[in-house]
Amino acid sequence: MKHLAGILWRYWSTSLQAELEYRSNFLVQAFGSSLALAGSIFALSLFYRGAGFPGWTFEEGLVVQGLYSAFAGAISCVLSPNLSRIVQLVEAGTLDFVLLKPVDAQLTVSLRVISPWGVPDLVFGAGVIAWGAAHAPQREGSVSLALVAVLFGALIIYGLWFVVATTSVWFTKIYNATEVLRGLLDAGRFPMAAYPAAYRFVFTFVMPVAFMTTVPAELLLGRGQANMLLGGALAALVLLVGSRAFWRLALRSYTGASG
Amino acid sequence: MNAALRRMGGLLSVYYAYMTAYRAELILWALANSLPFILMGAWYQAAAGGDFGFTPVDVARYFLAVFVIRQLTVVWVIWEFDQDVQRGRLSQYLLQPVDPAWRYLAAHLSERVARLPFSGVIIALFFLVFPPARFVPHASDVLLAITFASLAFALRFVMQYTLALFALWTERASSLESLMFILYLVLSGAIAPLEVFPPELRELVMWTPFPYFIWVPAHLLIGGTDVDLVRATLVCLGWIAALVVVNRVVWRRGLKRHSSMGA
Repeated sequence: MKHLAGILWRYWSTSLQAELEYRSNFLVQAFGSSLALAGSIFALSLFYRGAGFPGWTFEEGLVVQGLYSAFAGAISCVLSPNLSRIVQLVEAGTLDFVLLKPVDAQLTVSLRVISPWGVPDLVFGAGVIAWGAAHAPQREGSVSLALVAVLFGALIIYGLWFVVATTSVWFTKIYNATEVLRGLLDAGRFPMAAYPAAYRFVFTFVMPVAFMTTVPAELLLGRGQANMLLGGALAALVLLVGSRAFWRLALRSYTGASG
Repeated sequence: MNAALRRMGGLLSVYYAYMTAYRAELILWALANSLPFILMGAWYQAAAGGDFGFTPVDVARYFLAVFVIRQLTVVWVIWEFDQDVQRGRLSQYLLQPVDPAWRYLAAHLSERVARLPFSGVIIALFFLVFPPARFVPHASDVLLAITFASLAFALRFVMQYTLALFALWTERASSLESLMFILYLVLSGAIAPLEVFPPELRELVMWTPFPYFIWVPAHLLIGGTDVDLVRATLVCLGWIAALVVVNRVVWRRGLKRHSSMGA
């Protein structure tokens, strides 16, 4: 375990050093994050020019937006940079070298690099969550339950993302696969109450977006019960085990650069 | 003139072949455009409350039109250009007697044709799943929408290609596009039809290029009549002309500044 932590530390510090070659990019990113957040809040406010989402005040809706931004930040920090790397590995056939190393290959391909460019999204997202929660109608919320729900949400995204990334072994050029995923995660911008019943079904059982933003927000705001966590835990477990199995299946048909 | 047309024809067929070589990628791109369908759900539900002056079915048609217009007007030249500068491919293109702009334009146009079947399948599926939204637009509306979608594509291409040229200085111009993309999403009508904007804001936005990217062609496609067509055309053409001038100036300066990676 200590050995793995050491490896991860090396991986991340080298990749950060490489990314920091483009320091001026950070300002652009920070400006972009604030602009994106302003845009999202504007979009939310448009719904509240009418009756808004049934059962949700504007401030409660903001908490969901904040969670969405924070997840988007985490995705650009960890998931997006690794995906482009996986695609390069498959395209160039250098996945061989990863598979030959005495470290778990799934760990290496999914956590090899991190990028600092999602940090502003994470920070602004956290700010909006705090502001929204402070101004929402006061109920008995639980920060710790919400954090557990966020953890399950993160595992769910990772599982979904890794399944998509694994398909590159067959399809090779799937740089845009994260875009598909990101597009679907866009549904997490609004609480599930915003959607018609058919959408809610899909976002709970097919693309479990509900467990990423709505459930943590409900627990934080004291709107939901702890048993909502069970659904998230189940979805996370299924996706983690499933993505692992899928990766193994893919490796069986991976033939290397010459095949 | 004839030689130029022949060159463009050649480029088009080359890039069409290239696009169809990566069909799986094209399917993914068509699927990646799920945002209109997500917002369709949210606005469908909101319109059911009756506060907005349009019905849920109007909403479904509008966002389907948004999907179609986005398929027709996707532009990604800035990522391509970034890569070409970073990897030094631009230097090779510069040696050839065709301005690289035509190369990128050909890639975009041929991709549209290659993508069309997938978009068609998605539209058919949508009508199958949600019959109430089925509709056949009037021929005149289709014509208008195609005209304005072409203007939208031209405007967006020129705008993004102009931003892309800054890669000649910074090598990563695509971060500029991510800023522009936020404005594009919020102000173009992609996240909400412009009818729900506060009226003063809507009036202001109509002078910017953004609503012409999506809202105007989508609104016309579903039979909207409250668009000032003359003004829309003039604003579009004005922006295109201004950006073409800026583009050429930046291009000349950038080329003087450009030295291939490693030099």
